Amino acid sequence: MLRTLLDRFATTLPALAGVVVVSFLLTRVLPGDTAAYFAGPAATPQAIAQIRTELGLDRSLPEQFARYVADLARGDLGRSLTTGQPVTTDLGSRLPASAELTLFGLVLSLLVAVPLGVAAALRQGSLVDHACRVVATAGVSLPVFFTGLLLVYVFYFVLGWSPAPLGRLDAFASPPPTRTGFFLLDSLMAGDIETFRAALAQIALPGLTLAIFALAPIARITRAAMLAVLAADFVRTARAAGLSSRRVVVTYALRNAMLPVVTTLGMVFSFLLGANVLVEKVFAWPGVGSYAVEALIASDFAPVQGFVLAMALLYTVLNLLIDLAYGLIDPRVRAAA
Amino acid sequence: MTAIPLLDIRDLTVEFATRRGTVQAVRQVDVSVARGETVGIVGESGSGKSVTSYAVMRILDRAGRIAGGEVSFSGIDLRAAGERQMRDLRGREISMIFQNPRAALNPIRKVGHQIEDVLRQHAEAGSGDAKEKAIAALEQVKIARPEERYHAYPFELSGGMCQRVVIALALACRPQLLIADEPTTGLDVTTQKAVMDLVTALTAERGMSTVLITHDLGLAAAYCDRIVVMEQGRVVETAPATTIFRAPSHAYTRKLMQATPRPGVTLRDLLPAGAPAAPAARAEAAGAPLLTVSGLTKEYPRAKAGLLKRKAAAAEAPFRAVDALSFSVNRGESVGLVGESGCGKSTTSTMVMRLLDPSAGSIVFSGEDISRVPAARFARHALRPKIQMVFQDPTESLNPRWTAARAIADPLLRFRTVKGGDAIRARCEELARLVGLPVELLDRFPHQLSGGQKARVGIARAIAPSPDLVILDEPTAALDVSVQAVVLNLLADLKQALGMSYLFVSHDLQVVRMLCDRVIVMRAGRIVEEGPTEAVLEAPQAEYTRALLAAIPHPPV
Repeated sequence: MLRTLLDRFATTLPALAGVVVVSFLLTRVLPGDTAAYFAGPAATPQAIAQIRTELGLDRSLPEQFARYVADLARGDLGRSLTTGQPVTTDLGSRLPASAELTLFGLVLSLLVAVPLGVAAALRQGSLVDHACRVVATAGVSLPVFFTGLLLVYVFYFVLGWSPAPLGRLDAFASPPPTRTGFFLLDSLMAGDIETFRAALAQIALPGLTLAIFALAPIARITRAAMLAVLAADFVRTARAAGLSSRRVVVTYALRNAMLPVVTTLGMVFSFLLGANVLVEKVFAWPGVGSYAVEALIASDFAPVQGFVLAMALLYTVLNLLIDLAYGLIDPRVRAAA
Repeated sequence: MTAIPLLDIRDLTVEFATRRGTVQAVRQVDVSVARGETVGIVGESGSGKSVTSYAVMRILDRAGRIAGGEVSFSGIDLRAAGERQMRDLRGREISMIFQNPRAALNPIRKVGHQIEDVLRQHAEAGSGDAKEKAIAALEQVKIARPEERYHAYPFELSGGMCQRVVIALALACRPQLLIADEPTTGLDVTTQKAVMDLVTALTAERGMSTVLITHDLGLAAAYCDRIVVMEQGRVVETAPATTIFRAPSHAYTRKLMQATPRPGVTLRDLLPAGAPAAPAARAEAAGAPLLTVSGLTKEYPRAKAGLLKRKAAAAEAPFRAVDALSFSVNRGESVGLVGESGCGKSTTSTMVMRLLDPSAGSIVFSGEDISRVPAARFARHALRPKIQMVFQDPTESLNPRWTAARAIADPLLRFRTVKGGDAIRARCEELARLVGLPVELLDRFPHQLSGGQKARVGIARAIAPSPDLVILDEPTAALDVSVQAVVLNLLADLKQALGMSYLFVSHDLQVVRMLCDRVIVMRAGRIVEEGPTEAVLEAPQAEYTRALLAAIPHPPV
């Protein structure tokens, strides 16, 4: 098992190397002069030149790249010019916020989309099926910032059910002791129900926004996969053997239908990472997405490169987990590995 | 007939709602099965034989419904029975086994657990003894080492083994009636015999009734007491198996019987009387060898290796799918390549076709060693048009978005043997006439053609570039017997008319006997026996050939 894991991980190394090169080059070709930006509008050319030398931006590209890779090898992602902090520290404090939001959205989406897809497949052409189609289409058609704003308008402004969309906790609550960095989990572990409720109230709307976005692909794939599996010979065998419909649907059909769904999850997760950037902006969520956008606007290279690399790593690890899950569900994959 | 039949189907009509309105798949069918009796339902595709059995089990798909008639099983009205009652009957009183056994099992559940599911559903076993009883069920169907197989997944078992598991699953709760729907289609003849003998022994031992649904009249006659012949949703004849071959009363039964390949008949005998009786004399195999294969070998590495363990795998001895095979095909000759699945016959034909590179050996075609040309480059080789192939599944081997004319024109366009739209169209029509495809069907798409018509398109496409050698890879395996009879005759006529050579890959010895001059029997990548067809089939020398011949079902004639 460990062998398979290492094997699988080894195949992602070239991709990660590619990410390092591309993210480095992209930030260099972007318009905007970092040194001029940080020297301020009143700076003299000498001051700008001095800053440029300090940042090492006056060296040749290969040399800059070599230094970057050398730093990277020591685990040093550089220092953010905007916050003045090492990028690793910044990412470390913000990544859990983003991860919590994305996973919350994904889990919420799964909880709704999978049963919806199954119901739509079992009652093809019924009201549930049509509802599934409408919800899914609406979910992908609306841009996340719009859904987000709409939810804020309805649930905060009109109904007043949810707290102000300003970050992970309202001003009066204090964050739980850090264990996982996920406020929901940490507060539960600390037994602090009050904080848990406050964190849940804050994450509900942005999480819902992401969930609505992810609903469509998961529900559609679940429906299609269920339809295919329900028509399969082994489901007919199970029915002919008199198994209860619950057993046929859950043990025989759904477990087989989960294979394509799990595969799609990887892609959905990457969509969500992209959508996250906008959602974090709308809800003032202190995550890595908003951090990276601010850095990008300020031509602050190090955080942008760090962000891209972190996302690539996250995506790789997630795909690794998905492969493992696949192996758990499907014995044929285990045998091939 | 005994007083009360176990299963009594009267006047059964099943309808399917389709886009083009309601279609009656089964019309006023009467079938009865007595206790301990084995009844065969025989018919070609679309005859409604499977639908009848699904209606009995009430497992028709959403679009189908029982529109009329009565179905009673040991006094219970199955049409009126509630879903809960049906569920208790299915698997416990009436069981089914299916075609394509590997697909009939849940691919991601251990076979032992699948048997347990049935046992528990019908309260035949609790959590304590379920495993024990599932292993006992596997033992009953003569699966070696049942304790180990209990933990196997379907993909780890052979087709015959999977069918044994399906039988174990069906018989686990000791039902009174077993419905076997094409249980051996797609299995090798020796496996077919083993499976059928097993079913017969188990059902006889338990005094069960059996309904055997099959397209193979020979199989039904060999294993059934009584035979029901169905055509287009209707029962056309019901008779004891012993008399149906001697005195078939209905015209359709006679036609079906006549089309069934059997010992002592020629290709022409398969066609209904009154068909054009062209002389079927075989062209004398003119001396010069067209194809000479020597020492042909194909090896595959045993294990698929990952990035980090490539070295470890390389140390193991590779698997030889084809092992130093040598044979030749003369001009105008047809040679049969016979063997069971996994014997390497398809690998061999694919290598001769130059779609796959051999590991060793030579393939000399028309005096040139074409094995030296890599398969990837052979598509542009001058000899490419000279070796063509007819594939096994006429539907799958046609592009669904191309008309018949476009499919036939494809090799012409590729090899540029004929240029200009009009000339190509003219050649397509000529080819269509040659293969007996009505010219007006040329503009139809595959889904608008019947199985036989699609087979003709596939043949026309293969002969379009005027090949010298045509490789026929089980060209009739997916066809009904009456269509098979016509297609086989067409192939024989074309060979005579165009002077081609055939390499005929098949598992069906009877078909090979009628079409081929010489036969090569393969097993495990090697030639077991070869020689003139009549000699090999009449007086087989090898033990294996004898076993193959003995496994063909012999109807009581």
